[in-house]
Order: sequence, then structure tokens, then C-alpha cells
Amino acid sequence: MMKNKEKAMQVTDQELVENEELERTRERQCLVPKTDIYESDDMIVILADIPGVAQDALDITLDKHILAIDAYNTSSENKDFSITYSEYVPGDYHRKFRLAEEIDVDKIEAIVADGVLELRLPKAEEAKIKKIPIKAG
Amino acid sequence: MYRRYRLPTIWREMDQLQREMNRLMGYSSGKRPLSPLSFPAINIWTNEDEMILSAELPGMKVDDIDLNITADALVLIGKRSPQQLEEGARYHRRERNHGEFSRSIQLPFMVDPGKAKAVFKNGILEISLVRAEADKPKKIAVKAG
Repeated sequence: MMKNKEKAMQVTDQELVENEELERTRERQCLVPKTDIYESDDMIVILADIPGVAQDALDITLDKHILAIDAYNTSSENKDFSITYSEYVPGDYHRKFRLAEEIDVDKIEAIVADGVLELRLPKAEEAKIKKIPIKAG
Repeated sequence: MYRRYRLPTIWREMDQLQREMNRLMGYSSGKRPLSPLSFPAINIWTNEDEMILSAELPGMKVDDIDLNITADALVLIGKRSPQQLEEGARYHRRERNHGEFSRSIQLPFMVDPGKAKAVFKNGILEISLVRAEADKPKKIAVKAG
């Protein structure tokens, strides 16, 4: 029981914040998307708000437990218009997470709908917590 | 004649400057954007005869958005539903908001509500509005006497 609990404690995902000041080659601002992460028995699901990004303008990589999301905003500027009031700046999105869990890389699913990215990361077989049935003696 | 801007120009300009500063500080690389004070965040683009108003509404469906336009104001009402979790699932991180919202926006000039068009794409609602004929500035031909 104790062991199970310890294992569950390790399963939190860590966000990686990049400190090095790399210069971007693209002119657009780079934003950190608001993200939800939840875990069920057999998968980890990541939901990220990426308004303005089309389905084909996304890069998702998983390299040694580090998941990187890169989304490029494809919305065009309004030509012949000038901005009179602004609360948001259309930008690209970038965020990285370190996943504690083993992921079955071949079964990862990524769905983009209405400006939300949904990443479904199924846990690898060995990482699933197995329930052991107890038989009455 | 109805005057839209009651604030003296200097205050309006300072307001604009402050907004600009907040935007620059919040959005500079590597930092997360400031949450806008009101949801959804909107932008307004204008030219002489038209206006484009866009709002960031990620994760919403067309049916969840209710839009009302009058000659000088626009009301945006909607609801973002929370994700339905499977049994036994738990959150590690929760940053995305959900719930109901309502925003009224005073438009920078009078529009013709009948000519409004709205498109929802990739989580961005874009509303195109046309300036009302009566509100358009008139050019007066000067005749030589």
C-alpha cells in the first residue's frame, strides 16, 4: 500500500522553463499556452489552449520523457485596418514538460479542435499499476 | 449629436499607453501572458468604413456562443464547459478556466447590425462590422464662389 502511494507521488509532471535566452527567428511573440493535465488509470491527457493555430501548424515531440509542444499561429494580419483596441497579441505557443511516466509512443494521439490541443498519452504496459485479485483461501 | 469619447484625449492616451506597457511586459519572451482582466480577450481593428472585432474563445463550440449587436454595442455571452473526466482520473495541473461569461463592448463607431458577419475558426471568433451610413463622415464639396 505504502509503495503504491510512493509511486503515485512520483507521477507528477514537471514543467521545464527555459532559461537560456535564445533568439527566435520568427517575428511573432511566443506565448505559454494555458494547460490542463490529468491522469487516468491508463493514460495522461494534456489540454492546451492554442487559439489561432490550425491543425497543420503544430509540432509535438517526445524525446526521453521530455514533451515539447510548438504551435505556430497562422492567422493573418488584417490588411488595410489599424488596431484601435488590443487585449491580446496573436502569437506562437511553446511549452515543455518532463513526464514521469513511461509512455507508449506509438499510441499517442493528438487532436486539435476549436483552438484546443488534446494530447492523449497512453501509459506503457509496464507502467500501469496492476491490480492483483485476492482470492479467498 | 451623440459624443462617443467623453474622456479628454490625454486620459485616453495614457490609458492606451498603460495598456501597451502591460502588454509588452507580460508578453516578453519566456514569460507567461498576463491574464486579461475580462474573458474573452478581444481585439478591435478599424478603418474608415469597417471594423473587425476578434475574441479568443478556445475550446468553445459555435452553439455555446451568443452574439448580440446593436448600433453602438456588442454583447458576447457564452459558456465554456469543463472537460469530462473518466472515472478515477485526477488533475495534475489546471490552468484553463471554464464557466459562463458575458461581455459588453462599446463600439468605436456606429454600425449597421444587419450587415454584421461572424466566423468562428480555430478558437477565434471574428466579427466583421460595417459603419452605419449615417455615421460616415461626409465630404463637402467646396464650390468656387
